[in-house]
Amino acid sequence: MTAPEPSVRPEPAASPLFEGRGLTCIRGERVVFTGLDFTLAPGEALLLLGPNGSGKSSFLRLLAGLIRPAAGALTWDGAPVRDEREDHGARSRYIGHLDAVKPVLSVAENISFWVRTWAPDTRDVAAAVQRGLECFAMDRLADVPGKMLSAGQKRRVNLARLVAAPAPLWLLDEPTTALDKASIKVLEACVAEHRAAGGMVALSTHSDIDLPGARTFHMDDFAADTSGAWDALDAEWEAAQA
Amino acid sequence: MNALLAVIRRDLRLALRQGSDSMMVVAFFVLTVVLFPFGVGPESGILERVAAGVLWVTALLASMLSLDRLFQTDYEDGSLDLLTMAPMPLSVVVLGKVAAHWLTTGLPLILAAPVLAVLLNMNNEGFGVLIAAMLVGTPTLSLIGAVGAALVLGARRGGVLLSLLVLPLYVPVLIFGVSAIDAAVMGMEYRAQLLIMGAMLLVSLALCPWATGAALRQAVE
Repeated sequence: MTAPEPSVRPEPAASPLFEGRGLTCIRGERVVFTGLDFTLAPGEALLLLGPNGSGKSSFLRLLAGLIRPAAGALTWDGAPVRDEREDHGARSRYIGHLDAVKPVLSVAENISFWVRTWAPDTRDVAAAVQRGLECFAMDRLADVPGKMLSAGQKRRVNLARLVAAPAPLWLLDEPTTALDKASIKVLEACVAEHRAAGGMVALSTHSDIDLPGARTFHMDDFAADTSGAWDALDAEWEAAQA
Repeated sequence: MNALLAVIRRDLRLALRQGSDSMMVVAFFVLTVVLFPFGVGPESGILERVAAGVLWVTALLASMLSLDRLFQTDYEDGSLDLLTMAPMPLSVVVLGKVAAHWLTTGLPLILAAPVLAVLLNMNNEGFGVLIAAMLVGTPTLSLIGAVGAALVLGARRGGVLLSLLVLPLYVPVLIFGVSAIDAAVMGMEYRAQLLIMGAMLLVSLALCPWATGAALRQAVE
């Protein structure tokens, strides 16, 4: 195993478009992360690392507008995201753990529904769907119903939405799960192309994925410091035992 | 508008391919109504008297049967996350899903109702009003039911909870639906009841998609 290279931090090419300040996320009664600041400028990528439960998924859902931050502000081009929910939906694409593939609809029908709802201005829906399918080598399976697909194929259908209905911000929650090596290469190429065209990516992963020049976030760094509280509880408990 | 149609078309397609749900609702409706002549006896006077009430109560129960599936499958497979992020008001998505739900469950009920009314020996004057009242009433049921279905998302044994939430809200539709038919059968004026049902439909059309949207946002959070 080679030592990890220090993450490269190039100067942002443009001023940040998507920005978060002092974000705090509370799930249940647990503070998942707190005091998180980030900026994303066109062409930039954010790589989220950290053990299970460190808040990668919560952070991505927060960026997608699915969770409201308990504190802090999320802004797009200076305007708060929570005031313009529908616009935020139009400019971001979220890939979660679940693939949202309907078992009784064919692969092409699944994708074309999302193109119609997310990019209602698309002139030629069939061509857009075809573009997505070809990118992830699913065009042979266009007429196959979703229930016949393997986990990796479902994931590729889900990813094909990114290409079929383009948007500037991609939020990918462990997109490499269940993918084979060839598909990961395709995904890397897609992300690179997206960034070259001025797109932004936030991606969480446990496996190796090549994101040149991405800024790395270790979610652990933003965990709420509760160790003191635990020590105090432990001491109290021991005192009670004695 | 296109997006609304896309949601309706998708849900209709899902319902037609899976098929079982709307068949089940109609089968439940027919079977339960058929039980009544066995239960209260074949005496035509009694059946005629209770026909309107039996049809409406059974229709309420039948339309509730399929409600818990309204958002559940989307919630389980992650589609709901994506639908709440869609670049249109969430109430439009809800409206599309409710419209598809009504087309696949409410409409078949309306088609089956006159046939069952014959079975219950309902007076001929009541038929037209029965269909009119169900045309105005069943969309209200779907709209109110959607709020309940969204609220119980993620709860265990949501189906039971759903009926506790929704049935009390169905009572006004039941009262005016039955009273319109009774009035027509007795040769009295029934317009007022139908107009009130129309008003209930308009109110729920305005409020329910919005309330359902809020509940769905809570569910995905």
